[in-house]
Amino acid sequence: MEEKVLQVRNLQTHFTSDSGTVKAVDGVSFEVGKGETLGIVGESGSGKSVTSLSIMRLLKDTPGKIAGGEILYEGTDLTTLSEREMRKIRGNDIAMIFQEPMTSLNPVYKIGRQLEESIILHMKASKKAARERSVQMLKAVGISRPEKIVHEFPHQLSGGMRQRVMIAMAMACNPKVLIADEPTTALDVTIQAQILELMKSLTTTTDTAILLITHDLGVVAEMCDRVVVMYGGRAVEESDVVSIFTNPKHPYTQGLLESIPKIGERVDRLQSIPGNVPIPSHMPMGCKFAPRCPHAMDICWEKEPSFDKVTTNHSVRCWLHEEVPQDESDLVGSSER
Amino acid sequence: MLRFLGKRLLQVIPILILVSIFIFLFVHMIPGDPARLVAGEDATIEDVELVRKELGLDKPITEQYVTYMKNLFRGDFGTSLKTNRSVSYEIGERFMPTFWLTVWSMLWAVAAGLLIGVISATKRNKWQDYLGMFGAVSGLSLPSFWLGLMLIQLFAVTLGWLPSGGMDSWKSYILPAFTLGTGVAAVVARFTRSSLMDVLKEDYIRTGRSKGLNERRITWGHGLRNAMIPVVTMTGLQFGFLLGGSVVIESVFSWPGLGKLLIDSVAYRDYPVIQGEMLIFALEFILINLVVDLLYGILNPQIRYE
Repeated sequence: MEEKVLQVRNLQTHFTSDSGTVKAVDGVSFEVGKGETLGIVGESGSGKSVTSLSIMRLLKDTPGKIAGGEILYEGTDLTTLSEREMRKIRGNDIAMIFQEPMTSLNPVYKIGRQLEESIILHMKASKKAARERSVQMLKAVGISRPEKIVHEFPHQLSGGMRQRVMIAMAMACNPKVLIADEPTTALDVTIQAQILELMKSLTTTTDTAILLITHDLGVVAEMCDRVVVMYGGRAVEESDVVSIFTNPKHPYTQGLLESIPKIGERVDRLQSIPGNVPIPSHMPMGCKFAPRCPHAMDICWEKEPSFDKVTTNHSVRCWLHEEVPQDESDLVGSSER
Repeated sequence: MLRFLGKRLLQVIPILILVSIFIFLFVHMIPGDPARLVAGEDATIEDVELVRKELGLDKPITEQYVTYMKNLFRGDFGTSLKTNRSVSYEIGERFMPTFWLTVWSMLWAVAAGLLIGVISATKRNKWQDYLGMFGAVSGLSLPSFWLGLMLIQLFAVTLGWLPSGGMDSWKSYILPAFTLGTGVAAVVARFTRSSLMDVLKEDYIRTGRSKGLNERRITWGHGLRNAMIPVVTMTGLQFGFLLGGSVVIESVFSWPGLGKLLIDSVAYRDYPVIQGEMLIFALEFILINLVVDLLYGILNPQIRYE
């Protein structure tokens, strides 16, 4: 667990448009250990997807650019690699699966061909060996009759099946890191659990680290060892998964947790965090969350708090916790809700 | 698949009948008296009336049509008023020159159009894109007769490298095929560019990149195959148009094809030939559409023929 496969340090990803520069990711840092699952949680617009695309250096289609920071994969800084060197990493060392299984496979090619493509490319396999590997991978992701499925087109498969194929494709070259960007958001609830279970079992056997991007705290509880909570392009809280659920420090994290409806508890209105995610071009001066924060103080509007450790495994970016050490349950806890 | 083909081919018959009625009516609306033309400038009124009777032009138009259709079903398109040879012979003789001119024009036009379109789409808003699209807009806006005349002036008259017209050797093909294909290449380039740009935004393209594929593989392997689907329809239609024979180009280069035949026949009011040619054009279009539909199925596996 101690060996870190992926270290992101002070990542800055900026989007340039006619109206100016927008800091979609603004100084985010985290580490993922071998075989570890790190969750990145946040609302839409928090910069979590941009973070994952930055790691893969797949910002080509967007106006975005990595403006600073380091992304270390086994010690190599990915931000300095050439496009050619980066292609050797993609799909081979770091693989990715996406939110939309329905549109993530090329409709005009058979499943087998799409699977074999990266196997031939990265493992220098023959066509025959690649086919065998594809069938084996399809079997591993729980697809029955894989020998037949390789001859089928994506439109002949259901959404859940297609996401299984995507996972098979991503895992085919034994990557060290799997980035999953909302892998179950587009799927039926019953399928979601199966897909998560599958990801977990596959990565455990190969000791692959997962970077799981999601807005769903249920998924986080199910899957993750540690969690980074993002808001407005910044990490606002990071800790092990248990602490996030039992002892959340940041008011935003607390709000997220309260927004989950609880079974067996009848309420007239579902809880939500008031207000909206700030528009990146109109970020508040101080703490990005201040306009929506129930505990906002004067200083929150003026100066942004730093990202500090409250315990060895738990960091938070909030003025309420600036004066450490304090009794942990003192400032924020169930008493304030 | 076979059932689909059979059904589509059966649909050809009513379409052709409808087309033949329209053509028949239109041709008879052309001002001018074919009987007078056949009889000659100096013929007396009696002679002209005799010729009219001989040709059956004195009968009511419905009766003329029925006779025409009866002959047509026997494979008889009628006789040219000008040459006295059968219409099928006249058309048959002119078909191959137009066909080969069309094939060569389309071949270079599609190849060049695709290449320019792909480069423009992948180098979006860079100089390659601007250059390609400048070329495409120019190709579309240049009148083909003017381009043809300019090419003749340069390559035939001034430099003397290529013949100015006729169909004597492979060299004769170069100028007319280039002129005829210019507009097509321009349309193919623009279509390919916009279609490919749309496709390159798709999720599966991002998947391809995330697998570590290089841009060439992404564009030509994953992108173009999907982008070709709309381009194929357009190219098929263009092929149909050109196969009808380009009246302008064939006149400029005195090419012995269907377009030249058509303009000569109209000038002479040689209405059996005009009708015959029109029917052939309609048939060509229908068949090309069928081929395009079949190509769709090859390009897009989601299409099933019922």
